[in-house]
Amino acid sequence: MSVSPSTWERIAARGGISPRKARTHGLIFIGAGLLIYLLFARAAAIGETSTFVLNFGGAAETAPVPDLVLPTAPTLYALALVCAFLGGWQLARGFRRPNLALGVITGLFIWAFLTWASRGQSFNLTGMLNSALLRAVPIALAALSGVICERCAVINIGIEGMMLTGAFTATLTASLALNLWGWPSWASMPFGLICALVAGAWMGLLLAILAVRFKVNQIIAGTAINILSVGITSFLSARILAHFQQLNNTGTLQPVPIPLLYRIPVIGPVIFEQNLLVYLLYILLVVTHIVLFHTRWGLRTRAVGEHPRAADTLGINVFRVRYVNVTIGGMVAALGGAFLILGSVGRFDELMTAGKGFIGLAAMIFGKWMPFGAFGAALIFGFADALQTKLAILEVPIPSQFLLMAPYLMTIIILAGVVGEAVPPAADGQPYEKQ
Amino acid sequence: MPPVLELRGITKAFPGVLANDHIHLTLEEGEVHALLGENGAGKTTLMNILYGLYSPDEGEIFIRGRRVEIREPGDAIALGIGMVHQHFMLVPVLTVTENVMLGVESVKHGFFLDRTSAARRIREISRQYGLQIDPDALVKTLPVGVQQRVEIIKLLYRQADILIMDEPTAVLTPQEVEELFKVIRSLADQGKSIIFITHKLKEVMAIADRITVLRNGRVVGTTTPSQTTEEQLASMMVGREVLLRVNKKPANPGETVLEVQNLEVLDDRGNLAVRGVSFEVRAGEVLGIAGVQGNGQTELVQALTGLRPLLGGRVRILGGEVTSAPPRRILERGVAHVPEDRQRDGLVLSFPVADNLVLNTYYLPPFARAGTLQQEVILTTAEQRAREFDIRTPSILTPVAHLSGGNQQKVIIAREFSRPIRLLIAAQPTRGLDVGSIEYIHQRILAKRDEGCAVLLVSPELDEVMSLSDRIAVMYEGRLMDILPADQATREEIGLLMAGVKKSENHKDTKTQRGIN
Ligand SMILES: Nc1ncnc2c1ncn2[C@@H]1O[C@H](COP(=O)(O)OP(=O)(O)O)[C@@H](O)[C@H]1O
Ligand SMILES: [Mg+2]
Repeated sequence: MSVSPSTWERIAARGGISPRKARTHGLIFIGAGLLIYLLFARAAAIGETSTFVLNFGGAAETAPVPDLVLPTAPTLYALALVCAFLGGWQLARGFRRPNLALGVITGLFIWAFLTWASRGQSFNLTGMLNSALLRAVPIALAALSGVICERCAVINIGIEGMMLTGAFTATLTASLALNLWGWPSWASMPFGLICALVAGAWMGLLLAILAVRFKVNQIIAGTAINILSVGITSFLSARILAHFQQLNNTGTLQPVPIPLLYRIPVIGPVIFEQNLLVYLLYILLVVTHIVLFHTRWGLRTRAVGEHPRAADTLGINVFRVRYVNVTIGGMVAALGGAFLILGSVGRFDELMTAGKGFIGLAAMIFGKWMPFGAFGAALIFGFADALQTKLAILEVPIPSQFLLMAPYLMTIIILAGVVGEAVPPAADGQPYEKQ
Repeated sequence: MPPVLELRGITKAFPGVLANDHIHLTLEEGEVHALLGENGAGKTTLMNILYGLYSPDEGEIFIRGRRVEIREPGDAIALGIGMVHQHFMLVPVLTVTENVMLGVESVKHGFFLDRTSAARRIREISRQYGLQIDPDALVKTLPVGVQQRVEIIKLLYRQADILIMDEPTAVLTPQEVEELFKVIRSLADQGKSIIFITHKLKEVMAIADRITVLRNGRVVGTTTPSQTTEEQLASMMVGREVLLRVNKKPANPGETVLEVQNLEVLDDRGNLAVRGVSFEVRAGEVLGIAGVQGNGQTELVQALTGLRPLLGGRVRILGGEVTSAPPRRILERGVAHVPEDRQRDGLVLSFPVADNLVLNTYYLPPFARAGTLQQEVILTTAEQRAREFDIRTPSILTPVAHLSGGNQQKVIIAREFSRPIRLLIAAQPTRGLDVGSIEYIHQRILAKRDEGCAVLLVSPELDEVMSLSDRIAVMYEGRLMDILPADQATREEIGLLMAGVKKSENHKDTKTQRGIN
């Protein structure tokens, strides 16, 4: 091949992406700058300021961080210019890491949006990050459950139902222990948690039996579990919880600040002043990652997920790997449900998971079937969710339907752009037949 | 001293076939024992029984004189049996080390994978047996020849001393086959006992110490290369005299039928699989495309037949533009397609033979009138074609799934050849067929050529390409390395081209060197 590569090819080669994608990236960057200018900057009056509060009512209040006060219009013009400049750079020279640049642009765009939305007002940034994290936790647990199941090639559509079962079980057992047996709450809550985990394990085992042993279509098996869970929990909640209020009141876990770490300005109280279930999520993320990529069990799990026949010819028991993983996956999903109760509201409502199990599956995919990837995606979903409620409070002049929609739309666009194509485990969803 | 391995009276029936019928086989220490037989003779079944993947209906297995039960692969591995499967059993997204240690992982601190010590042992094995490998490479980035080395290392890592290799040469270039043979020799010299499965006569003569021939699930005989000839082995394998070469008249090329310019096509994963390919095929000639599987041939054929979108380039048939044309417009220009995967792309398996025979013409008279199928016409035509093309089927209403591979292929040939065609695109037309069917299909293809049809033949079987083609193009990593006249091309030259080496250049392409440290 003697053809000299065109400028485009060189730019694309620098970033390791196709020429068309390199060009699209550049145009998106410039477009973001233009949008900031047209939508936000021109709407800002001279002399207006946007105030970002960087504290929220937690233990860190002893050492408050001063508020961040930005002049609205100059900030927006500057952000628009930076985006346009980065776009020009991408088109002319090309970034070595174009996807990272896209992430930065997205961050800048959100910053611009918040600056505009909070012009003339104050906006509690730390408070919003805190609520983003809390909203992300159940999604992250659902996603983690998905990772654990799908890494060995069992699709778990039933996460939603498993969460619901976990939430109901935790409510009933923890309330029973607390209010009828008179246990102290330090005992009733772990008891509720353990019962939820046991219920989750049974749900996981049920899915495994259907999907692995009887080779039922996994989408159908998972859907059956969802329908079953909705039915049982709604029925029991109408029959029991509605009549005995003391069975629907668990109390909630209090935040436990981690010494020193919670004092880190701005993010300290967000990350390190949470209840124990949030810390349990952190631990689970690390453990899952280590097990998956650095232990015998993890290697076998991944092999079973990619090429079960190969694993079988090496004497690995494909069925056992799947049974164990899916059962654990059920427990993690139920933990997500228990968090909704013990870590959040303290009482059960019918259908209270409200699609978090499915959003968790989306987070799993965006996170490329990696524990921390899934957590990151869950954080973005949580952020979008929290942002949308905050904006409604700020009375931003955008129809509420769009407010509800926009963060998700943006999330999907960003994630599709930044993360790129996600490849599931090769055998995902296929039952294994011994020859 | 008892033999390392002895199989006694192994019998295994599948619904409708007796795949293994009282098979006896002995394997001596340090010997290379070739198991020769046509496709479907029962070789893989026998080895799967030995490896614990199937359980035999009858028969006993002895290892060093001791009777053993092998219920699952774990048992076989524990007895020192290792198998390189016909379809590789590697996990593409894992590294060489991870693939090799899978199932016998070494751990440190009782918990964490010890990749370092595993990689060290792989390097030792690699040195001891001359199997060059980079333990840290991802398997999916390795060429097939190197992947096969990984499979062999897997066995040695488990300290197997009975090695089974099921058709290991099917995916290799001639040079890679030679390298493999060297490795096999060195393994045998170091005391390993090897069962080498193949249906290729030349290989048996080159590598085997002893040869056992299987036919229809039975042992026909055991011999040694010095006591036999290729012709003798062929007739043992097939059960009758066979012609080992194709007789063909010199070609008489006419006008240009297919013209391809700078064709670029993406594969399923979005990688460039065909990179700027240009060639033409003329009436009355066979252009053969040789190359190891997976070098873009599949995508090329799919693009030419309208089954895959083009990224760039032009395709013209008889001067008419068919770039990005839908498949029906292409076939209506007189193009016949014998697809690579006949069961997936060539037939509707659950449909009867008769319906499969009109899949490309059912909407035209006389098979359809006023939008309704004319069943009678379809059936009488099917009867006629089944006779004409010697399709062995209980009835033309039998689902085509129940036919043998050879007869399925004849259904496709009958369908494609029974209308006026100007261009035949045949991808691996004899894949998995018995010698008799191969002969038949080769004759049919050459007859089409002699009628003045242009033929594009794509096949990874070098012998097939060399014996049928008038010109030979070699495809490597999506490019045509060269196009040679068939009467001047040598096996060595084509083999080198298949590995990405041009004589004048005399250096290897980087891809083939990846995975070698
Ligand atoms: N799992 C199976 N189920 C049904 N029939 C099979 C199966 N495996 C092989 N066969 C049949 O057994 C015969 C022998 O096949 P095989 O051992 O694969 O032959 P070879 O490896 O010699 O080509 C063939 O007729 C094949 O169709
Ligand atoms: Mg076979």
